[in-house]
Amino acid sequence: MNINATMIGQMLTFVVFVWFCMKFVWPPITSALAERKKKIADGLSAADRAEHDLELAQAKAVERLAEAKQQGAEIIEQANKRAAQLVDEAKEQAREEGARLVAAAQAEIEQDTNRAREELRTQVAAVAIAGAEKVLGSTVNADEHNAMLDKLASEL
Amino acid sequence: MAAEEALTTKGYITHHLTNLTYGQHPDGHWGFAHSAQEAAEMGFWSFNVDTLGWSIFLGALFCWLFWLVARKASSDTPSGLQNFVESIVEFVDGSVKDIFHSRNLVIAPLALTIFVWVFLMNFMDLIPVDLIPELAKIISGDPHIFMKVVPTTDPNATLGMAFGVFILIVYYSIKIKGLGGFLGELTLHPFGKWMLPFNLFLEGVNLISKPVSLGLRLFGNMYAGEMIFILIALMYSGGLIVGAAGGVLQWAWAVFHILIITLQAFIFMVLTIVYLSMAHESSH
Repeated sequence: MNINATMIGQMLTFVVFVWFCMKFVWPPITSALAERKKKIADGLSAADRAEHDLELAQAKAVERLAEAKQQGAEIIEQANKRAAQLVDEAKEQAREEGARLVAAAQAEIEQDTNRAREELRTQVAAVAIAGAEKVLGSTVNADEHNAMLDKLASEL
Repeated sequence: MAAEEALTTKGYITHHLTNLTYGQHPDGHWGFAHSAQEAAEMGFWSFNVDTLGWSIFLGALFCWLFWLVARKASSDTPSGLQNFVESIVEFVDGSVKDIFHSRNLVIAPLALTIFVWVFLMNFMDLIPVDLIPELAKIISGDPHIFMKVVPTTDPNATLGMAFGVFILIVYYSIKIKGLGGFLGELTLHPFGKWMLPFNLFLEGVNLISKPVSLGLRLFGNMYAGEMIFILIALMYSGGLIVGAAGGVLQWAWAVFHILIITLQAFIFMVLTIVYLSMAHESSH
């Protein structure tokens, strides 16, 4: 346990190790640590920002949803209105068509009646002439008695 | 143990406390000392090969381990060894930033080197006291070879480091305050210029006591711890019951010693930072 040159050797060794540490060990490790610290800080702030963005997006989404709902309701309402209108139009058309059909049918009936009446009239005239001939025992000159016959026929 | 030399308690302890010294014998040839007395006769220009060898080995281990990490240090998720190294670096960096407020690129790596290196040297104390010396005997083939494996139980090692720190203290004192400022601090306080010799004596003692206390504190703690391990190891030759008690004691002391080796490494580091911090600030 003597004090000897070991002390000087130890001192030199010490200097070499400290130099090595200062040159090759400390700077890379501390810079990596600082870089990681920065990365973490950036990551945290990015997370905060993302959270904020998410909130904004959610608010916007809710707004959009409400808008869409309202639009949907409007569209449905319009559709309902249009449907009612269509039904009304169809009803009107149907009523018109019905009236038209009824009118046509009435006209036809009237026409038929007139035709039957005319026919009957001519037949009555003929029958009357025949009857008159039978009564008179002679022919009736149609031309002569036409006026009378027409009068008769019109009375029927 | 060799047959011609009986294993005595005194011999065992002395053997464990003697360094493997290489130097010039009084008759002029260079070689290893074969006893503590021969080592003493070699004078100053001799080297404790075991102290230097183990401390260089451990310092190189520290540099290699940390360099492995530093080489591939990235800011991505750290894994395994990098995690471990980073936690130590952050711990040291935190201690330095707490104490030292000037800007200096040397202090932090210096503190890291001191902390890890001293810890590793102290850690050799936890290896069973006979293991490496016995291995050294087998490897060297010399049954009397000295092998002191804990460099910090050699005052040369601790004082060497302490005087390394001392040189830095003086260097930074002069660099920051100028030569005049440094000398003024040494001579003009605390009693003014009329008491100059007295001031110089007080401040000189104050200055010199820094490295001496730094080195001797570490040496004293580790030497005492090593001594207790050796004494406990002696119990193994005392029969089954005493030997078993020795085993328990050794375990208990080793557990306690984990605290001491870490604490001493930490104290050496913190005091170094404090002294250098004082060198950077003018206290008067």
